Amino acid sequence: MKRLIVLVAALAIIGTACTSDDGSNSLTLYSGRSEDLVQPLIDQFEEETGIEVTVKYAGSADLAATLNEEGDASPADVFFAQDPASLGTVALAGLFEPLSEEILSMVPDRFSDSDGAWVGTSGRARVVIYDSTKIDASDLPSNENPFVDEEWAGRVAIAPTNGSFLSFVAAKILVDGEDATLEWLEGMAANDQPRYSGNSPIVEAVNSGEVEAGLVNHYYLLRALAENPNEVGRNYFFPEATAGSLVMPAGAGVLASSDNKEAAETYIEWLLGEFAQTYFAEETFEYPLVPGYPANDVLPPIESIPTPDIDLSELAPLLDTATDLVAQAGLL
Amino acid sequence: MTQARSAVEFDPVVPHGDNGIVRSRGRQAKAPWWLWLGALALVGPLLLAIGSLFLRVFDATPAAWDTLFSTRTLGLVWRSFALTATVTATACVLGVGGAWVLARTDIGFRRGWGVLIALPLVIPSYVLAMVIISATGATGLIADLTGYTFPSISGFVGSWIALSLSTYPYVYLITSAALTRVDPTLEDAARGLGATRTRVFRTVVLPQLRPAIGAGALLAALYTLSDFGAVSLMRFDTFTRAIYAQYSGRIDRSPAILLSIVLILLAAVIITAEWRTRGRGSIFTSSPSRSASRVRLSRAGRSLWTAGLAALVAVGTVVPIAVLGGWVLQGLANDVEFVIPWNAVVGSITGATLAAIVAMAFTIPTVVLIVRHQSKRTEVLEKSIFALFSLPHITIAIAVVAFTVTWLRPVYQSLGVLVAVYAAMFLAQSVSSAKSSLMAIDPTVDDASRSLGRGRFQTLWRVQLPLMRTGLLAGGALVFVTTLKELPVTLLLSPPGFSTLAVRTWAAADELLYTRAATAALILVAMSVIPVYFLSIRRRESVGS
Repeated sequence: MKRLIVLVAALAIIGTACTSDDGSNSLTLYSGRSEDLVQPLIDQFEEETGIEVTVKYAGSADLAATLNEEGDASPADVFFAQDPASLGTVALAGLFEPLSEEILSMVPDRFSDSDGAWVGTSGRARVVIYDSTKIDASDLPSNENPFVDEEWAGRVAIAPTNGSFLSFVAAKILVDGEDATLEWLEGMAANDQPRYSGNSPIVEAVNSGEVEAGLVNHYYLLRALAENPNEVGRNYFFPEATAGSLVMPAGAGVLASSDNKEAAETYIEWLLGEFAQTYFAEETFEYPLVPGYPANDVLPPIESIPTPDIDLSELAPLLDTATDLVAQAGLL
Repeated sequence: MTQARSAVEFDPVVPHGDNGIVRSRGRQAKAPWWLWLGALALVGPLLLAIGSLFLRVFDATPAAWDTLFSTRTLGLVWRSFALTATVTATACVLGVGGAWVLARTDIGFRRGWGVLIALPLVIPSYVLAMVIISATGATGLIADLTGYTFPSISGFVGSWIALSLSTYPYVYLITSAALTRVDPTLEDAARGLGATRTRVFRTVVLPQLRPAIGAGALLAALYTLSDFGAVSLMRFDTFTRAIYAQYSGRIDRSPAILLSIVLILLAAVIITAEWRTRGRGSIFTSSPSRSASRVRLSRAGRSLWTAGLAALVAVGTVVPIAVLGGWVLQGLANDVEFVIPWNAVVGSITGATLAAIVAMAFTIPTVVLIVRHQSKRTEVLEKSIFALFSLPHITIAIAVVAFTVTWLRPVYQSLGVLVAVYAAMFLAQSVSSAKSSLMAIDPTVDDASRSLGRGRFQTLWRVQLPLMRTGLLAGGALVFVTTLKELPVTLLLSPPGFSTLAVRTWAAADELLYTRAATAALILVAMSVIPVYFLSIRRRESVGS
């Protein structure tokens, strides 16, 4: 027992000593994107630049909350998030350092913060995943609104607590207004549309025949097909420009509290370079956002996706309202 | 021997909290300050952190109050209660049944069953849920293998099954340990007086097991209350799920904080209910005069019990491991790269081992205080420790982030804080386990040591500690296993670069990378087999000691 206590004391000291080292050639990254997708990029970046990157992986919304609690005491240099709402939350709190014009100009304006707090690095389209053995693509509507009709009752799954669904709701508020959005959400609730915890469970439910269709991001299905080519799910892109056809970026920003902003910008610039953009296209099935890099062969080109004209920086301030509406409709 | 107990049971005017043991001993030794210091050093800061988070209710926005007072909240309370009650009842039936048949009958292959039926404890509840979902339904594993379409399971039923499997091992493990301490001479006497075996079980064995079953049931109930993974995948709306939704869907933290406060009140109701129905006092049998003779099962009884155990092992252990193995194989067949996440293996072992050691170290003063110096204050301490176990981990994580960033900035996101939080939030498990060991020891043993000139500290070190050793180690093993499964606190509080198998499993499954998710989950299960083996065979040791 005495030995145990000595061991604990020793380990506690080591643990305390192992906090971040602030060498100029190292970066701390908060990544809301998963280790499976991001780590290969980090490894390559470290090899190319010699900058050492320590990553903290967690959910995008959780990391945004953590950054808000940390304020200017954050150990993070860069926040790399899955959705504009999480990035916007941090931007609203004034925790980002505006990015250089050089970086911002690499990506079309509609994929970045209007004040330059963060930049989009890859795009993900909202789509309908449907079971191709039960539904014919020609029977699917041209936007999300008819899913509240009786014809679709109980057939279209949603993930009301998921970040990308909430971002979609916030976008719908911008496109259609608060009243129409609430009405649509209530219609979905009245139509008994099945609710899941996230995109992956919906894709899985469609592929296993549990539900016929669902509102998700486009790339989940492609990853499932990579593991098992016999899956029955297919992606459907709405032909009409509504919130349901929005391409939402994953993106990154530099924290104002960073003591190594130069390296932080180098990293973000690198994410917009050839290796990373090609990686997003080939490995994660996302849309590269820097013009000149083509999307994966299995995807329609990004230009062919009709997108509503909205400012993504306006999504985060609407996040709480979106959650309120979802709750008010009885979907939360 | 049972004087302490009957003194209370037949004395209705004894107010709650005025303990039977204390009465029968006639005096209450005042706790030395260092015991309090030891007991509070770990949980004190965490309670402060959560307290200061809760103080933010005074800044709560109108939207937060609206959320709280919406009609939905009542539905959440009701669903959380219903789920907790059914899961706890199921866990008790499965746990006590399993413990009795393996400890008291001559059923074959006991040691093997003992380990196998404890195994669901090590499978994270979200992995169990994921496996159940993918095994059932039209295209599920069961349909693939047998051609019979097993209806898909979700919602209440799905959550109930997944969480019952996750939690019955608590009841099973604590009850098995207690069964070996129950002196069989009482049962023999009852049998000799003509009572049937069922009657003996009901009127002699069960009442003696009551504290152990209660302790296991309380852990099962609070675990269910705090669970997010299973209910979220099963799409059953509980309080914890609502709290997570509020955290992730809003910039404003106050609705989630308000809901967390209501959840902790709910936990308080459960803890108090268990407390009040618990038989006060306890039966001291430092070691049974002999081990119990095993009941000879009839041929039909043997087949029935074996079938029951086999079904439990099939559903809780074999199916999950088979599905996980199936995912790995399917991925390999489709040329998915097979990766063993070594840094996560190291992270898991480091985090869980340290958490178990720290929890055990702080359990010692806590348990001595709670059992030997019982007072109103120790009661508050014990209830607080259990309340911590019931909180959604995201609430704990956010509270600790805010607290350490403000007050303990140098150690923010250090391994030390992560381990301390693990140990503090899971302390209820090791306290439960060690407490039942110490409670079974007659306090006159301590008095004897004191009267022989030993100081309090020496008595603790030389007498109490060795006597509760098995319970303490078992508690440490429980903390080890639960820490391995932990997710939200690990994600937010770990040092950058630190990863665990639970994190890898969750992240990969979220990206639909089943091969990787299953690989990490299988390593996690394999790693937990050793502590579970230890947990389920300790009753032999405790009889031997």
